[in-house]
Amino acid sequence: MNEIIGVIFITIGLVFNFFGCLGLVRLPDVYNRLQAATKSVTLGTCSILFGLFLFKGFTAGGIKAILCIGFLILTAPVSAHALARGAHKSGVKLCKGSVCDKYAEDDK
Amino acid sequence: MKKRKSSFILFLLALIIWMILSWPPDLEHLIVGIFIAAFVAFMTGDMFVKRPYVFKHLSRYVWFAYYIPVFIWECIKANIDVAYRVSHPNLPINPGIVKVKTSLKSDTGLTFLANSITLTPGTMSVDIDQEKGYLYIHWIDVKETDIQKATEHIVYRFEDILKRIFE
Amino acid sequence: MKILRWLIGLILILGILWVIFFCDMPSLIEWQSNFLKRCFLVLFLCSVFCLWRILRGPSSADRAVAIDILGILVLGFCAILGVATGRSWYIDIGIAWALQSFISTLALAKYLEGRDFDE
Repeated sequence: MNEIIGVIFITIGLVFNFFGCLGLVRLPDVYNRLQAATKSVTLGTCSILFGLFLFKGFTAGGIKAILCIGFLILTAPVSAHALARGAHKSGVKLCKGSVCDKYAEDDK
Repeated sequence: MKKRKSSFILFLLALIIWMILSWPPDLEHLIVGIFIAAFVAFMTGDMFVKRPYVFKHLSRYVWFAYYIPVFIWECIKANIDVAYRVSHPNLPINPGIVKVKTSLKSDTGLTFLANSITLTPGTMSVDIDQEKGYLYIHWIDVKETDIQKATEHIVYRFEDILKRIFE
Repeated sequence: MKILRWLIGLILILGILWVIFFCDMPSLIEWQSNFLKRCFLVLFLCSVFCLWRILRGPSSADRAVAIDILGILVLGFCAILGVATGRSWYIDIGIAWALQSFISTLALAKYLEGRDFDE
């Protein structure tokens, strides 16, 4: 029973990962790509790790998978934040149809 | 006294993470872990835990347990939103960077607010101005450019809960 | 024109997924279940998208983003290998990889910002 639920979780995670990487290819500028990819890939990989936990139970591998989920949720948004800030400081413009850029106005 | 308390809390946290990493718990790992955690706590002191009294309040843990399901539900909504936007042939996006105001002050609270904003539908934090309390947010589908209305749209979902946990 | 490009992409992706799920492919590792092997190949397709962005990216920021995402995907590879081969030490490799990837992403972000590393 646990293994069937684990396979379902792994499949859901794979679908999310796939859409995140598709966003990395299709979206027009750095910030949109970063947004789509970080959200989808973080939750997808967390779902795969939870599937691993359901397979292994409370053994060494399963407990480490839970630790890994916490670590990933804490660090992936931080690295996305740092990359977005670095891209803006290095002079990457927003894409053509953008509405407003309050950060560039305040930075001067 | 305060410094010793925060070192002790850091010691406990390091020991718990060590025991999880060497999972089937036995005596040898416990002894080595006590030595290493004591060394780490002695070296760093009160660098990580600045206000040790916040660990005593029980209501913070209850609000944290309430915060986790809210966060997971917002995450799932965000992923379905991303899947819809990416697979649509016309790419229905309307991006821009807006500015919102927050009333959180502590470092941990601001970090958790920025992380929650990044993992929820359509928004990603770009920079924080900690002195004035402003956050710059990249929004994939801009509905309001005004500060007050954008704050109502983005920040108010989490600010009450996070204020009860971390302030 | 846009619709035409979208349709060509859709047909290509569906074709690759059909090959992954309905054709037998050789493999070096002994897999416990056949479905997990196909899951591994789907993750491989995801990382090919990341490599495409690293190859084509117009600015260095795009390449840094793709490297960050590739670092998270490797964690998924390790998890699926740990399930499918029954060896639980693959997740140790995953933890070490995640730590190293986080630190290297922060260093890349500082480099993009134009600051020195010892600040």
